[in-house]
Amino acid sequence: MGTTLAEKVWADHLVRQGENGAPDLIYIDLMLMHEVTSPQAFEGLRLAGRKPRHTDLLIATEDHNTPTVDIDRPNPDKTSALQLSTLEKNCKEFGVRLHPLGDADQGIVHAFAPILGLTQPGMTIVCGDSHTSTHGAFGALAFGIGTSEVEHVMATQTLSLKPFKTMAVNIEGELPKSASAKDIILAIIAKIGTGGGQGHVIEYRGEAIRKLSMDERMTICNMSIEAGARAGMIAPDETTFEYLKGRPHAPEGEMWDKAVAYWKTLKTDDDAVFDKEVTLNAADLTPFVTWGTNPGQGVPIDGNVPVPEDIADAEQRAAAQSAIEYMGLKPGQPMKSIPVDTVFIGSCTNGRIDDLRTAAKIMKGHHKADSIHRVLVVPASSRVRLEAEREGLDKIFKDFGAEWRNAGCSMCLGMNPDKMVPGERSISTSNRNFEGRQGKGSRTHLASPAVAAATAIRGTISSPEDL
Amino acid sequence: MEKLTVVTGTGVPLRRSNVDTDQIIPAVFLKRVKKTGFEDALFYAWRRDPEFVLNRPEYKQGKILVAGPDFGIGSSREHAVWALRDYGFRVVISSRFADIFYGNTAKNGVLAAIMPQESVELLWKLLEEEPGREMTVDLGARTVTCGDVTLPFEVGDYVRWRLMNGYDDIDLTLQHEDDIAAYEKMRAEKFPFKPKTIPAKHWPDVPIQSAREPEETQPWAGPIASRE
Repeated sequence: MGTTLAEKVWADHLVRQGENGAPDLIYIDLMLMHEVTSPQAFEGLRLAGRKPRHTDLLIATEDHNTPTVDIDRPNPDKTSALQLSTLEKNCKEFGVRLHPLGDADQGIVHAFAPILGLTQPGMTIVCGDSHTSTHGAFGALAFGIGTSEVEHVMATQTLSLKPFKTMAVNIEGELPKSASAKDIILAIIAKIGTGGGQGHVIEYRGEAIRKLSMDERMTICNMSIEAGARAGMIAPDETTFEYLKGRPHAPEGEMWDKAVAYWKTLKTDDDAVFDKEVTLNAADLTPFVTWGTNPGQGVPIDGNVPVPEDIADAEQRAAAQSAIEYMGLKPGQPMKSIPVDTVFIGSCTNGRIDDLRTAAKIMKGHHKADSIHRVLVVPASSRVRLEAEREGLDKIFKDFGAEWRNAGCSMCLGMNPDKMVPGERSISTSNRNFEGRQGKGSRTHLASPAVAAATAIRGTISSPEDL
Repeated sequence: MEKLTVVTGTGVPLRRSNVDTDQIIPAVFLKRVKKTGFEDALFYAWRRDPEFVLNRPEYKQGKILVAGPDFGIGSSREHAVWALRDYGFRVVISSRFADIFYGNTAKNGVLAAIMPQESVELLWKLLEEEPGREMTVDLGARTVTCGDVTLPFEVGDYVRWRLMNGYDDIDLTLQHEDDIAAYEKMRAEKFPFKPKTIPAKHWPDVPIQSAREPEETQPWAGPIASRE
């Protein structure tokens, strides 16, 4: 019997097979680090008198805490400033490469590494951040870990893990023009639920996936964690190789040929069997938007807020009731009748150049609705910001009435100055609509960049087709 | 790491599913650089509500949390486990845990015990009938006892062994340092093209302009919802 892509990558990183129920020991090719989940790991090393085993397989940047304006001025938040200076101090002491705020390669961990060409097929990549699944878009096995594991990787360059189960998500057919990669993943999460992928690596397959760009593939793999999966993967192909070629850390010359020959072997065998399999027809997909407080609580944009009484499962009924109350919505209300205060375009899910191009195309020649308080456009990394400016997208955003910011996690999570106030409602291209995620009392509707842009024009949740 | 064998203490029923790590500890508390002292941050937003279970005096000394399915979803923050531990919880019971959270518990001497939802419902009922009731979790026997009821729970053999002995993961791994070195030798030969972060390679450095807040043209009247 054949093996799946995930199983192949696992096998190529096996340091030691677990015996008598013990986990396997797996080698880690690259660990990405940022200021939030690393200080306690460095402290642990220091206390134990240990050193990182391979500083040349580690890289750090600053993203969660950083402001997206006035980056040339001192950080007004003393606690954030301390966390950032702690990272700088630790990287210096232990010899870890760091791209700090203000550097051209600084950005969200999951954006800056692929741009540098450090994310490559067949690698194992970890980071103290759940959205590490993003890198699976290249056919890497990439997953989020806790801070104790960050310390473990620094000390040993390995992790002890039980093999993951495998799950195929097939997206057959052709995606309609109105739908995007974000709509694919939101529809998948709504279908399988926030725990549907638990313990599994999802491999996204099928015609609709093959046609996606690398930026779009990263959007899909990014939100694998929102379906509860350990990781998401897409087998590498010509699109992947083309993206990588010529990037700073991509192999060159003879090494490139050698690498591509290996990368081409990284695909699921025809006779391999997945532990679980789910199929969606791309042709049925439309823009998707969430109404609730977990990413599984979403509907097609033409749909309505659910009526809890109609939900058979008691647990889900209670969850819907409490979510509708928190979100300040009415059961049965059409999604398109909901006015929003704030529009956020950015994050490791949708802050890459393709996303900014999509939003700019829709915004061009329009101005934000008067009822919209603010539109934040935040590139995922400084290189994305530079590229967008080279293409003149920044001018389109500014003419639209949007704010063009510096790179970082920004309003995806309430850790930096970009926060919402209680009761403020956003349409957001980020990945989580949890209670208070974008600031205490904030209300989040997750959507694609196209839907966010259309909503910014009309003031109420809208799809580009409504314009 | 503190050993965990038998835990006896107040059981706390948390009747919620999909308890994400943003609820367990909001991001604003993640700015700290220490590993302890997170007890006040636990369920920070929910604890503002006087009706929240941990605000009831009977449950204040909670040691065993009994929660709904899909506990610990979302962010990988280990701070969620540190907050539970610092508050006093040594055990969390649920029918299903998110993977990263589950991995983080065992590294900090906290047990994530898996039980069928029917057992969770029964425990909720017993704990609510007599708020503040003590229960006992026996890791050796893999059982939870609450009053006259004893129920089995699931835990992996390896996790159980580590928790009961309080072993440190890094020490365990470093016993296999020869295997790691052997792998590294093979890796250098078979995969010479794998990238290294040092020496650093990148496109030319370009100065990054600092963005500025726009000048306020008119004051914001606040969220639409608060104006209705």
